[in-house]
Amino acid sequence: MSPNAILDAVRAALGRSEKEPAPDPPPVRLRIPDVSLESRIASMTTSVEALAGRVLRAPTPQHAGRLVRERIANQNAVASNSPYLDECGIRGLPNVHSGITKPDELQKLCAAADVGITGVDYALADTGTLVVLSSPYEARMISLLPPAHLAVMACSRLLTGLDELFTLLPDPAVASSSMVFITGPSRTADIEQILVRGVHGPGEIVIILVG
Amino acid sequence: MAGAFERKIHETLADTRLQQAVYTATGRLKDSRLAVIAPHVLPDYQELRAHAHLLKRHTVDHLDHYLEKFQRNVESRGGQVVFCNDGAEVTDFVLALAKKRGARLIVKSKSMTTEEVDLNEHLEHHGLESVETDLGEYILQLAHERPYHIVAPALHKTRYDVAEILTRRLNAPHETKIEKQTAIARAVLRQKFLAADIGISGANFLVADSGAVVLVENEGNARLATTLPKIHIVVAGIEKVIPRAQDLAVFLKLLARSATGQLLSVYTSFLSGPRRAGEIDGPDEFYVLLLDNGRTKLLPDSAKRQSLYCIRCGACLNACPVYRKIGGHSFPWVYSGPIGAILTPQFMGVSREPSLPFASSLCGACAEVCPVKIDIPRVLVELRADVHQSEARQKRNRLEKLAFRLFRWLMQHPRAYEWAGRLAASLANSADGGWMRRVPVLLNVGPVRAWLSQRDLPPPPSRSFRQLWRQR
Ligand code: SF4
Repeated sequence: MSPNAILDAVRAALGRSEKEPAPDPPPVRLRIPDVSLESRIASMTTSVEALAGRVLRAPTPQHAGRLVRERIANQNAVASNSPYLDECGIRGLPNVHSGITKPDELQKLCAAADVGITGVDYALADTGTLVVLSSPYEARMISLLPPAHLAVMACSRLLTGLDELFTLLPDPAVASSSMVFITGPSRTADIEQILVRGVHGPGEIVIILVG
Repeated sequence: MAGAFERKIHETLADTRLQQAVYTATGRLKDSRLAVIAPHVLPDYQELRAHAHLLKRHTVDHLDHYLEKFQRNVESRGGQVVFCNDGAEVTDFVLALAKKRGARLIVKSKSMTTEEVDLNEHLEHHGLESVETDLGEYILQLAHERPYHIVAPALHKTRYDVAEILTRRLNAPHETKIEKQTAIARAVLRQKFLAADIGISGANFLVADSGAVVLVENEGNARLATTLPKIHIVVAGIEKVIPRAQDLAVFLKLLARSATGQLLSVYTSFLSGPRRAGEIDGPDEFYVLLLDNGRTKLLPDSAKRQSLYCIRCGACLNACPVYRKIGGHSFPWVYSGPIGAILTPQFMGVSREPSLPFASSLCGACAEVCPVKIDIPRVLVELRADVHQSEARQKRNRLEKLAFRLFRWLMQHPRAYEWAGRLAASLANSADGGWMRRVPVLLNVGPVRAWLSQRDLPPPPSRSFRQLWRQR
């Protein structure tokens, strides 16, 4: 590493020498509560609805596909390349663009689309949060540019909360350059603290829980 | 500059509309926070605070170690870390990169660190367009003002102010509905996002083990600014580093709750480097500028060092009776409220605004709400000692000393004390309400006048305790 005046100043101020090791940091603090699937679903639903999002239940992937088709109706949608969306028959629906791998093309489509459809890696029941890691299957823009976001996920992906997520993924950077948590629709309260939804990201969020 | 602080305070105190707005807004934020840290909602709140404090203390005590680790890990994922001494080095880096890439348009997401070094002004001065994209920050950029509050930057603006600003600066139709105003801003900013060459963000946390930057926001502008442009530049203070991603389970539970009373903010982005092979979108280039700008000056003193634990949640502002009264623009620098009162003197030197550490009743409300348990009153007391040692205070001390000497003399001379009390009582009887303001013109000058302009004392009783005692 090249000589660095700021690091030198930090060391001098702290009375430390170069390459002096640090003791272990305080222990990791992760506590996973024992919560049944039914309670996780109930808690996910309550949390998302409290944020003005919607949660729909679908007994089967095919059923989820039908719910998505009803929601997009005649609107324009972009779907991610997630195999799970394939399983639900969503990527082949009319008005749904999918299979895009070039960022510029995807940006154009997303900027014009009414609805973005994605899968998710996990969801956190106690806060109503979706967790999406960027990959060849999931792009970052689809849950971001269109005014509505539809997320389709199997119930088994529903975790209790942050502590369980960071137990499963101790370092998300290993898997992806981007992990995003989405907790409800985009919002602002910057003017007179009046809540307005959909300021930059989607103002509508619909989560379809399958199974 | 001494004196500007007092002047600003008087302006705010005289503006009843502004007083009301600040008081209501901070009150609402206070209540929202209380609702989500309540024991039945977050039973281990106090444990989390204690743990967050330990994590911050450990990291800051070994800051060099974690910064090196962070740098190594960012570089191993294809990003670049640049250490910057001050704002000029940040500006130079951005300008040089923009020139090399032929970039002209920059979108920025909210960052107190870039406010600290006036990055926008410097970039615009060199012919680049640098647009704030957080709604509140955008309005302030259009109005050429600095943030009023760490998390609610435009807290002092009404919808009518905003209508004015949008009409004047964007030629937008005069619109006083907040939803419509938001839609106007969204439409303008969306075009900027789609066309931008560079996105600049701050960082809420830097994760050493992952080489990752964590951004917390509600609007989605930080996600857009860090996803669409080909280049992402992060500007962050060196104190933002934490050891591991798993520590976020502690910090994220505290941050949004303390800031806005949310369980989590709408978006939390965990970004580690440029787009990887196979990933569809995200920037091609990723830079993290680590800014000192005076932070290393806070390190030698182990008590004052804790000022660097701050996660900029703003809870201490909302809790502070002084901030709620005098507002954010009274403070001499971008950081206001209790955290501003301890950061500003340490970054700028105590003589810049020597009254600042004294603008507190040391009531302790800030320390009580701080999610990382910074002992702000303790740091304030240390800074007061510093001020007393510095020259700047000495002149003003003379007047204060005189007043106290007079008071001591009165206390030691019962006759004179009684006489002074009677004088006050007779004055009070000759006027109703706001009696102190009617003290003889002779007395109502200088500091007395300043003190009286916003306050009054309860009128003294017409007969003193001593008189009653004698007549008993
Ligand atoms: S000092 Fe504490 S309460 Fe104040 S902004 Fe920083 S973290 Fe929040």
